[in-house]
Amino acid sequence: MLRFLFRRLLIAIPTLFVVVTLAFFMMRAAPGNPFIGERRLAPEVERNIMAKYGLDRPLPVQYADYVGGVLHGDFGPSLKYKNKSVLQIIREGFPKSLLLGSLAMTLAAVLGVSLGVLAALRQNKGADYFAMSLAILGVCIPTFVTAPLLVLLFASTLGVVPTAGWPAPTQSLATAWKYLILPVVVLSLPQIAIISRLIRAGMIEVMRSNYVRTARAKGLPESSVVLRHALRGAILPLVSYLGPATAGVITGSLVVEQIFQLPGIGKAFVTSALQRDYTVVMGVVILYAGLIMFLNLVADVLYAMLDPRVRLS
Amino acid sequence: MSTILAPGSREGAAAMQTAAIKGRSLWDDARRRLFRNKAAVTGMIVLATLVLLAIVGPYLAPFRFDQINKNDVWAEPLQAGHLLGADALGRDLLARLLIGLRVSLAVGVVATFVSLVIGVLWGSVAGYAGGRVDELMMRIVDILYSLPFIFFVILLMVTFGKNFILMFVAIGAVEWLTMARIVRGQTLSLKQREFIEAAQAAGLRRGAILLRHIVPNLLGPVVVYVTLTIPGVILAESFLSFLGLGVQEPMTSLGALISHGAQEMELAPWLLIFPSMVMVVTLMAFNFIGDGLRDAIDPKDR
Repeated sequence: MLRFLFRRLLIAIPTLFVVVTLAFFMMRAAPGNPFIGERRLAPEVERNIMAKYGLDRPLPVQYADYVGGVLHGDFGPSLKYKNKSVLQIIREGFPKSLLLGSLAMTLAAVLGVSLGVLAALRQNKGADYFAMSLAILGVCIPTFVTAPLLVLLFASTLGVVPTAGWPAPTQSLATAWKYLILPVVVLSLPQIAIISRLIRAGMIEVMRSNYVRTARAKGLPESSVVLRHALRGAILPLVSYLGPATAGVITGSLVVEQIFQLPGIGKAFVTSALQRDYTVVMGVVILYAGLIMFLNLVADVLYAMLDPRVRLS
Repeated sequence: MSTILAPGSREGAAAMQTAAIKGRSLWDDARRRLFRNKAAVTGMIVLATLVLLAIVGPYLAPFRFDQINKNDVWAEPLQAGHLLGADALGRDLLARLLIGLRVSLAVGVVATFVSLVIGVLWGSVAGYAGGRVDELMMRIVDILYSLPFIFFVILLMVTFGKNFILMFVAIGAVEWLTMARIVRGQTLSLKQREFIEAAQAAGLRRGAILLRHIVPNLLGPVVVYVTLTIPGVILAESFLSFLGLGVQEPMTSLGALISHGAQEMELAPWLLIFPSMVMVVTLMAFNFIGDGLRDAIDPKDR
């Protein structure tokens, strides 16, 4: 186990290094720079600003400097927002995205597992077909279609929730949830679909296995056979789906934060990429690469802990 | 595959027909199973219609996709000759939808082809070479897998401008990883088979074995994965267009249409609803075909 963790960490370092390098050089290859705004700066002024941020130095020097900074946990200043460091921007946006993402993942896990179990127990009956049709729709309707359609229905037409925005910190929970419900639902729909399909397949296989038959033979009530014995085996594939699910939710949050005008990190990323705010873009990419790698590792370890047949080597 | 199974000559075909017992190949079996699957057949019919519409539709539509009609701004469906309405510049939605469908399908096919070429080459070389080479190549795939790839596509689009060709390459370059894994696994098992041994005994060079004997036999799983990659690519393109990084005006794609429709949905909901419907139907058709093909080619999965 320790050896496995060690090896994974050894792989993580070059991976993050590749991420930093790719992001750095791709961003710098972009035509234009962060200071080309609505009005053109005088050449001297532009030169001074470039010098201030060290952008006038040779590229390899800048690169070495940046990597050195990252190793010390310093991601540099934002080039667009004066007096804000990249870390500050991440600190402001990330908790919001994290809240959104974890709520969506929780909802997806609960609904996805329930739907999947239901479908498996009623295999090839009405409930199964219903759940699986929902799942196919969930996979086929992209986030950027569901989001505007739900806004059109629930916000513009019915007026039960606000169209967009993040709740003010002064608002009570009773009104704040209205701002979050649509984004969370939109973000979780594709995941609900995938999870319910995974669970259904797992349950169908497990319900035929010997240990479930044993549990039944012992005279256990069906509910306990399903929930305590079968589900435990069927839920395993879900664990290894943790990494891809995170990646999916992160990608989805780019769209959702844009549509619902949520001040999260996804919105900051898109804005920064369009404005060539090099440092913010690189900071966010590194953050997300690290996050996905970390969750993949967690998934592998959890899997080995839950399934005694798997031994990490 | 069919070339190997088909009789070599006309006499052969006649002989086959007159023969009392006609053998059925695995592929015949697969085809039967596929055509018995209602969802897959529906998917194929819908997709064929969509492709036909995308190819010839724009020539038949009464308006050009970039034709601005000052008097028809936000014309509702069926108004002023616009079957599906018009947008903020009075451009006909039907014409734009047909062009958008064409662009989205084209991106899907071309980018998938890029991923197919990279993935098949990478996977088959890794699988056939084995040992250190395999280890190294698959470790690279593992590393790339853990990158938040959509971010790199976004970076690419920002970096090199909103270039059409580049978008194909960028998306294709992202989607080849799974293909490489599938192909490698398949190659590993093919490598043990007798006909490869025979080819080696016959003195064929490695490259020739790979291209002539391994790659053609990868067809089954590859075809399944291709039909599931195309909708993924269409989604990725739409995602980029939605963020304003994909196809640029006046050209359009399904994602770009949905993006504009979402901005104007309170004034002109049809601009959102029709493109969304076409998008969903397209993706569903591909998914049904993909699922059907998988069940048909690899029935043990069911």
